Amino acid sequence: MSGHNESILREPLITGNDITYAKITDDILMPVENKPNRAWWIGFIVSLMGATLWLVAVSYTFWNGIGAWGLNKTVGWAWDITGFVWWVGIGHAGTLISAVLLLFRQNWRNSINRSAEAMTIFAVICAATYVVSHMGRPWLAYWVLPLPNQFGSLWVNFNSPLVWDMFAISTYFSVSLLFWYTGLLPDIATIRDRATGLRRRIYSIFSFGWSGNVKTWQRFETVSLILAGISTPLVLSVHTIVSMDFATSVIPGWHTTIFPPYFVAGAIFSGFAMVLTLLLVARKVLGLENYITMFHIESMNKIIILTGSIVGVAYITEFFIAWYSGSEYEAYAFINRSTGPYWWAYWMMMTCNVISPQLLWFKKIRLSIPATWILSIVVNIGMWFERFVIIVTSLHRDYLPSSWAMFYPTWVDVSVFVGSIGVFFTLFLLFLRVLPSIAIAEVKLLLKTSSEQAKLAQIKEGHLDKVHVKEYVESLEKFDSVKQEEYAKI
Amino acid sequence: MSNIKYILGSFGDPDEMMHGIEKLQENNIKIHDVYTPMPIHGIEAKLGIKRSRLDILAFFCGITGTISAFALIYLTSVVDWRHNIGGKPAFALPDFIPIMFEVTILFCAFGLVGSYYASTHLFPGRAPRVMDLRATDDRFIIAVDAQENGDHSKIDGLLKEAGAIEVKHNERKYISYE
Repeated sequence: MSGHNESILREPLITGNDITYAKITDDILMPVENKPNRAWWIGFIVSLMGATLWLVAVSYTFWNGIGAWGLNKTVGWAWDITGFVWWVGIGHAGTLISAVLLLFRQNWRNSINRSAEAMTIFAVICAATYVVSHMGRPWLAYWVLPLPNQFGSLWVNFNSPLVWDMFAISTYFSVSLLFWYTGLLPDIATIRDRATGLRRRIYSIFSFGWSGNVKTWQRFETVSLILAGISTPLVLSVHTIVSMDFATSVIPGWHTTIFPPYFVAGAIFSGFAMVLTLLLVARKVLGLENYITMFHIESMNKIIILTGSIVGVAYITEFFIAWYSGSEYEAYAFINRSTGPYWWAYWMMMTCNVISPQLLWFKKIRLSIPATWILSIVVNIGMWFERFVIIVTSLHRDYLPSSWAMFYPTWVDVSVFVGSIGVFFTLFLLFLRVLPSIAIAEVKLLLKTSSEQAKLAQIKEGHLDKVHVKEYVESLEKFDSVKQEEYAKI
Repeated sequence: MSNIKYILGSFGDPDEMMHGIEKLQENNIKIHDVYTPMPIHGIEAKLGIKRSRLDILAFFCGITGTISAFALIYLTSVVDWRHNIGGKPAFALPDFIPIMFEVTILFCAFGLVGSYYASTHLFPGRAPRVMDLRATDDRFIIAVDAQENGDHSKIDGLLKEAGAIEVKHNERKYISYE
């Protein structure tokens, strides 16, 4: 396995000079095996308050019907579907990191995949609650399933993208959950074998009796690879189908063929932003600087520039085609978007998604943790506005000017949205306490090849090209977790 | 015969453990199993573990999903109850594809993971068959059946020589039942 040395030209994925297998376990399990600190409690209580607000607002909606929201007969979809698409999009980064980066053999995924996958699952839960609560009669939600029923032999309409979406979201959720949980088994076993008493019993049940023998590991790797292979087209299909909820309609502003790729790029864009928002804080609070390094942060920022630019090109293409198509309705929908009563939402979206991420071209900004964190939140705000702009501005000016309307959210709309963020963070914070936030086994794999100490040993052996060593030492300057003085003499 | 059941060589380094496997095999000592905290590439060839056939199974599960989805849609909306949607044909194959695709992935994933759990005996609540508690932390364990292989001191010597940090003589097969 480690018969070869990894090239010195690649940045280390684990920093620090005293890392052993035992230390990796200790560091990563620190939050799981100890009592939570004050920062965790504050975060948890605030999130729990948000989650309670969500419970109140959703119960209120169920009791009173969706008339509790600010919808009117012209704008029939607003914050609900905006929130749904936003959350599904956020979820996509988890699958992208765990599946697509695995297929591309990007080893830097090993230390961020676990929490990103957890984020996927929690985001899809938030998205699914929107779908159920916007139905009006949520106790009949099972009507979207193709069940033999007592209403004659009438079945669901399989030509409808909303039915496709039900299949896509439920497949996505369950496959992501399987992928995540299977990957967790060895790490749960690690907790189990270090725990005592009741904790050991509980983790023993959830570890499925994992022992880490050769055959289990070999099959484990096969399963991971195949799951990655099928999750990659799955994640692309999910947001494609979400976009088809709009694209297959005949509403100007929605009826565009560019939607699938543009939605997928936007989803990855917002998902990576959310991963950064979460991990920049988690890294600091949980002391994981040696595993989630500046290289990881920079790589994610590069993906944000790429996908942000794709989204920007899509916005401009869409605008151009609206004019070039010669369809006056289409052209009007777009001119109204940028200059009509919702101009501020449109320009908010343009600024946050297209203009501000371009700042990441500057290395200084890309490597600054506060700047990255703020930009990641800006991107999330921008992506929420993108969905709002697509949904509300396309609807609010109907074909008949007499039915033109505006959308004003009620306190319930706002509470469901703010509350869903609370639900998300509550789940995420609980996850950090009970399960390892970094895939322990996968990080251990990198120790002998891609760690800073392995590379330092290579340099000390002294058979390397001086130019390469110099380049490597220079690349270490960006790491906040590397002791630079050790390299001063090399 | 002594009542020692298993001899465990506990290594701190995967390369030394691989070396230990070679040493034992050179001396015709059969290895019961190896327990590691992470996957070790190349070990399955050494221990003669066959290539997994889970990929073939996954393919057939996927195909089953495709066929099931097609059958469901076809039998419901073409055979059983045709919708008249703007006079368009009921058998609209392109519209069936998204659901066929999703169900393919769903069946493939569940079939694959289900048979993985079944074939490696993983299920909730199963008592973990652990020989050394540090095998999921920082030790790489080679287990040798002490009843089958008589010369215990030779095995100890070989393991130590390869770099084992400690060699244990376990009188019980699994320690996790305690």
